[in-house]
Amino acid sequence: MAALAAVAALSIAVGTKSIPLGTVLDALDGRASLPERAQDVQFIVELRIPRTLLGLVAGIALGLGGALLQALTRNPLAESGILGLDAGAAAAVVIAIQVFGIGSLTGYIWFAFAGAAGAFTVVYLLGSRGRSGASPERLALAGAAVDAALFAVVYAIALLDSSTFDRYRLWMVGNLATGDLSVLYGVLPFVTAGVLLALALGPSLNAIALGEDSARALGANLNRTRVLSAVAITLLCGAATAAVGPIAFVGLAVPHIARTIVGPDQRWLLPYSLVLAPILLLLADVAGRLLARPGELQAGIVTAFLGAPVFLAIILRRRIVPL
Amino acid sequence: MTRRLTVRAPGVALRLDPRTIGVTALLVVAALAAGAWTVTAVGVRIPYADMVEILGGGGRRADRFILLDLRLPRVSLALLAGAAFGLSGAVFQSLSRNPLGSPDVIGFTTGAATGAVVAILVLGAGTAGAATGAVVGGILTAAVVYALAALGGGAIRRLVLVGIGVSAMLVAVNSYVLSRARLDEAQSAATWLVGTLNGRTWDSVRLLGIALLVLMPLLLMLSRPLGMLELGDDSAHSLGVRVRRTRPLLVFLAVAVCAVATAATGPVVFVALAAPQIARRLTGTAAPQLVPAAVTGALVMVLSDFAAQRLLAPAQVPVGVITGAVGGVYLAWVLSVQWRRGSQ
Repeated sequence: MAALAAVAALSIAVGTKSIPLGTVLDALDGRASLPERAQDVQFIVELRIPRTLLGLVAGIALGLGGALLQALTRNPLAESGILGLDAGAAAAVVIAIQVFGIGSLTGYIWFAFAGAAGAFTVVYLLGSRGRSGASPERLALAGAAVDAALFAVVYAIALLDSSTFDRYRLWMVGNLATGDLSVLYGVLPFVTAGVLLALALGPSLNAIALGEDSARALGANLNRTRVLSAVAITLLCGAATAAVGPIAFVGLAVPHIARTIVGPDQRWLLPYSLVLAPILLLLADVAGRLLARPGELQAGIVTAFLGAPVFLAIILRRRIVPL
Repeated sequence: MTRRLTVRAPGVALRLDPRTIGVTALLVVAALAAGAWTVTAVGVRIPYADMVEILGGGGRRADRFILLDLRLPRVSLALLAGAAFGLSGAVFQSLSRNPLGSPDVIGFTTGAATGAVVAILVLGAGTAGAATGAVVGGILTAAVVYALAALGGGAIRRLVLVGIGVSAMLVAVNSYVLSRARLDEAQSAATWLVGTLNGRTWDSVRLLGIALLVLMPLLLMLSRPLGMLELGDDSAHSLGVRVRRTRPLLVFLAVAVCAVATAATGPVVFVALAAPQIARRLTGTAAPQLVPAAVTGALVMVLSDFAAQRLLAPAQVPVGVITGAVGGVYLAWVLSVQWRRGSQ
């Protein structure tokens, strides 16, 4: 928790434009001490604080969503990007904007949920058909294939119109810099609902981890847990994608890091993922601001480069152990 | 199927079964017919009689231009690129023993795309530069993926997963480059990223044709060891296949074929994935069928491009959108059938 607070402070204080720490504190107090600092204060209040809050909320959603996905599919490779959820949400959002002319987040967030849920259902069904059930490879492959199909559709629609394409390409890279608090308010209720649901599911997910038969013997209601998990995953991943675009690998790496700290107990894993993920995302965002001065690397690009090696490391272990 | 013909040439022996030959011949006819139909029926109609006349050197000037400079290169490129994707997909699916192990799913096409996008938007290259970038990008990606997979014990299963991971990184690179470029440049690059046959000239056709003339025979010569590799490394080894040398060579050739096609059309998804599967069902054999897969790829590509030109006419949809949408549906069906049977 302390780490999270520190990173949040860092995210507010550090950026492409250096601002003295004193000014940052003034801004947080809400008073501009000197006139020449007024611009900096405005900068912080209007850009960096919203950006940081957005990173917090998106990070929480991605981390928890990833942890839930891994618990539900018992697949160490599960992640909303790999399994095509982000692509589903993205496709639905682009369709909402272009075909239905919906411009506001409150309108298209529902499309994002529908898209994420649809993609997840398809991938899960594809990946778990057959005798051997959902092997990690199969889910990842099904996800990659669905991802490719959706990607073509998304681009086609985005390309029909210059202004849509322009907005889309800036959203596509996983951007926290929208600097818009209305986006935050738009997704907050959904993320909150997803978080509460996820945390309540911890004990039942522990039972699932033992395998179907043991879980039944313990009296866990498998189908209810699965459906509720899927609902929570959809809420979290759909909201995150709608708010900041597809951000890769945070949801993959964080649960693995959490597992090394607290072990396999979902009741601990989920809260830890909840705290770790925003730390990672905000760090990525700050790193992106510092690395590419005077420009910026969007958070989604940074996480792809940080997270892909984690993904590869998991694969290159001798065996992929089902969770 | 017991009757087989054996064709022997120095160093090669091809065992052919009549059904495969028949199906392949039919596919060739179908692909050419679809091509001819596309050439005459899309946009301004040119009757077949006129087409024959133009090809003989006569005809009206406007019609000559439309046919010879716009439509014929386009349809030739569709046939060639489709064949290249189909061929490359067949080799990869056979190597990975996985119906999804095709270059467009495991990131080699993405790598080729990255090479081209970087060449276009960062280095300001033209068509030739983009093609070079695509080939370099595809081969580099394959080399990295192969090396990483070899680290983990070299199981070909891992190759597929490593490909997915690397691909995700490359997609991020592509998105980033697009987000930084000027809007108009980014838009043309994005069109290319979906895969399109719009505005292609004989230059692209020549380039791809020559590459295929070189690479395809090489791959066909290796089709027997490829079939043996499907039995597993140990069995292949005992049958006299030099596994350690043959597999990287096959990967390299298949990536090269895929990369030159990507350079010409952009990374058109799903042709490489679907064509070998369709070919396999039509010929009813389990062995890797390179030629039928290539011909099927050509047919799929021509039909997709026909749909792309007709669907929202006069607006031209990039062909990759059609293959993506149709391929997605098809894929869902194949996977559910295959996995219900419980076969890998």
